[in-house]
Amino acid sequence: MSRENILHKVRTALGRSAGQAPAPPPAARLRLPEMDADARVNSLMAKVAALAGKTRRVDSPQAARDYVAALLDGRRTVASNAPFLAECGITALAGVRSGISAREDLRQACASADLGVTCADYALADTGTLVMLSSREEARLISLLPPVHVAVVPQARILTGLDELFTLLPRPAEQTSSMVLITGPSRTADIEQILVRGVHGPGEIHVVVVG
Amino acid sequence: MSVVFDEKIHQTLDDSKLQLAIYTATGRLMEKRREAVAAGILPDYQELRTQANDLKKHTIENLDYYLEQFEANVTAHGGKVVYCKDATEVADFVLSLARERGAGLIVKSKSMTTEEVDLNERLEHHHLESVETDLGEYILQLAHERPYHIVAPALHKTRYQVADLFTEKLGVPNETVIEKQTMIARGVLRQKFLAADIGISGANFLVADSGAVVLVENEGNARLTTSAPKIHVAVAGLEKMIPRAQDLAVFLKLLGRSATGQELTVYTSFLSGPRRGEEIDGPDEFYVVLLDNGRTRLLADRDKRQSLYCIRCGACLNHCPVYRKIGGHSFPWVYSGPIGAIITPQFLGVTHEPGLPFASSLCGACAEVCPVKIDIPQVLLDLRSEVKKTEAREGHGKLERLAFRIWAWIMRHPGIYEMLGAMAASVAPPAENAGWLRDVPAAFNLPPVRAWLSQRDLPPPPARSFRQMWRRR
Amino acid sequence: MAEVLERIGYEVDFPEAQTCCGQPAFNTGYRAEAREVARHFLGVFRDAEYVVVPSGSCTSMITHHFAELFPKEPDMLAAAHALETRVWEFSKFLLEVAKVDDVGARLEEVVTFHDSCHALRELGIKQGPRRLLSHVQGLELREMDIPEECCGFGGTFSVKFPGISGGMARTKLDSIVRSGARAVVALDASCLMQIQGALSRAGLPIRTLHLAEVLASR
Repeated sequence: MSRENILHKVRTALGRSAGQAPAPPPAARLRLPEMDADARVNSLMAKVAALAGKTRRVDSPQAARDYVAALLDGRRTVASNAPFLAECGITALAGVRSGISAREDLRQACASADLGVTCADYALADTGTLVMLSSREEARLISLLPPVHVAVVPQARILTGLDELFTLLPRPAEQTSSMVLITGPSRTADIEQILVRGVHGPGEIHVVVVG
Repeated sequence: MSVVFDEKIHQTLDDSKLQLAIYTATGRLMEKRREAVAAGILPDYQELRTQANDLKKHTIENLDYYLEQFEANVTAHGGKVVYCKDATEVADFVLSLARERGAGLIVKSKSMTTEEVDLNERLEHHHLESVETDLGEYILQLAHERPYHIVAPALHKTRYQVADLFTEKLGVPNETVIEKQTMIARGVLRQKFLAADIGISGANFLVADSGAVVLVENEGNARLTTSAPKIHVAVAGLEKMIPRAQDLAVFLKLLGRSATGQELTVYTSFLSGPRRGEEIDGPDEFYVVLLDNGRTRLLADRDKRQSLYCIRCGACLNHCPVYRKIGGHSFPWVYSGPIGAIITPQFLGVTHEPGLPFASSLCGACAEVCPVKIDIPQVLLDLRSEVKKTEAREGHGKLERLAFRIWAWIMRHPGIYEMLGAMAASVAPPAENAGWLRDVPAAFNLPPVRAWLSQRDLPPPPARSFRQMWRRR
Repeated sequence: MAEVLERIGYEVDFPEAQTCCGQPAFNTGYRAEAREVARHFLGVFRDAEYVVVPSGSCTSMITHHFAELFPKEPDMLAAAHALETRVWEFSKFLLEVAKVDDVGARLEEVVTFHDSCHALRELGIKQGPRRLLSHVQGLELREMDIPEECCGFGGTFSVKFPGISGGMARTKLDSIVRSGARAVVALDASCLMQIQGALSRAGLPIRTLHLAEVLASR
């Protein structure tokens, strides 16, 4: 439609010609702080807690399963297909539906579930953030539709922050159509600036760090 | 200025409840930002601003290259880029897509760009249901109003107004508890998300090296808008481009903090196409609408093209003492506050609202907090000069121009300047009696003078001027 | 101001041909008129070793905007650039050129300091005046809660938008009252005039003082 027209206008406005190479961009600014494993875990948990999320550190997959079992308490749950969840034994807990690969089934399960349990591809220690890449192992809606989200994260996946994330993953688009950074429970202050949680996304999140 | 502008300003100034709401909301956002960028919390803040400005400058100055790179990457990942020159083309695209797919229901996440092109109105005109899903925007849609603020669109609404609105439009019993109001909206909108055929979003950033659209939000409605329906359309101005995914490490650190004091908003989505391979959910179709609507005209102006660096954080609005008095609806276009004051004349022409660039004391608070270092006061000064040149060309404002010509002449003739000063001193009442000059001398009884003197007093000319005292030493 | 400068040992000249820096015209969009006034200014002060200015906004007009007025006149542009380095706002001159922070002033008063916008944001002046005030014998400085918020004058802004301008002045006034000070000190006479107007109309017995007046007090 207007493609050629608009590109032409852009070039004319800038005094550039078609195919002209760009000036070199400013160097990407990525700073990687030193942070040992414990420091990362502690920072992640403190930040999540500051955002009104709940956190727990457990030392083994079994301990993770036990903690999550108590949390779920048999309620209707959808768990993602992340191998780590199966490894922990979480997908076998009462009330948990997992192994869904059809979009419509997944949507319906999520729409009626009380909780969604996922792993996380990474977590960011400095902001208390979960990084979720959409894949056959992690569907988008599990961490979005149910009112409670439980993320079970192996300790080794905790990065220091955005800078480390984009150093490890400079081109997320090559891996996935959707990478989402989740920092705390859903919230709004649109009415009189009063804070309300759980507007559309989950109002309650739990981060379980394993290891 | 236009009569409309003048009236809206006065209406807002006279509404003390509204004044309090605006002042409190913006004050809170200012405080949160201050805490988030404090030297002890974010020691790199100034460096990040400089880097952000460098990145935006570079991208804007090489925009054609990045547009093409972006498009190639979107296409490679199974999506499609659609260039639209104006509001009509955007609407036509969405309408034809909806027609082709038999779509009837659209859900939307917050996008100033779609406000700019009146997308909802155009879609509704063609009998498509397009539902705003951000809570503040949803409220405004029900009320048929424009956003009051870039980040806090319903800042001007009280819970009682929301309660009445919901009762009237949704038929629910009157509910004034804010948390319950929110849950009412959540329930209604959840159904819409799950039934919608198309999800339309804006884009906070377009990432050239990834063909990706970045959306930041706190509610989760943008995620649902872009994950539940089978079709996702992102509408973005050309200027939203940044070169690399890695540059988000700079921009994301600035955006949340500048807007609301958050290190990161609750959700940041990096979306690069329809679901692929074995991904279970996500849309089947992904479109990115790149909008011109006058941006290419701004690009051509070397000094003012920095106006396109804006990342829509709203910090300038919060810190502007003028915005804090007159609020978002006094402004003539969808963009309000200092950023609105500089882009409105550039998009709509300086004559659209010639008073707008003058509605500022040039205090510079906006430039101080702008994360991408747009020199807003400088652009305002440039626009003021353009307004005056246009007026001269069109034969308006002759009296004011004459006054300044005379003034400039006097200022070049110090003898005359001094003489006038002495004359004023000789006709003014003695300093001990006058206090300050409060009443309007008959010769100067013009509306602007009256209005000015209604708020402040001219110091009385001293019995002996500084010059006279100096000579006597 | 002249008194203070002489007290600390400077020879002060007041070129009588001076009138204005041209800012009112420049800020209102009348660049041609501003240019002519600026030209006169550059002529008057061409040979001055230092030009000391009792105003932040005038100083920043000269140092930040004169150069913009002469894009097509290389000689004037050079003159503007040469002048930039020799023009000083009064408090900055005292601290950075004279290197003096105590001018032997005395004033028994409780004051609060208003940060004029141009001085603060274009000239980076914040702590300087406060340091000077701290050495005035008998003076107590109480900060108001919004010292950096614009008083609302803005030159022709106050003429074109008197309602907003007055509203901004009242907000400033409320903050001044909360501070408990009996006088407001600032670097710019225009701010002081704006604030005084609001004070008088509110019937408040708080006075306004230019920093130079305070420092000249004995």
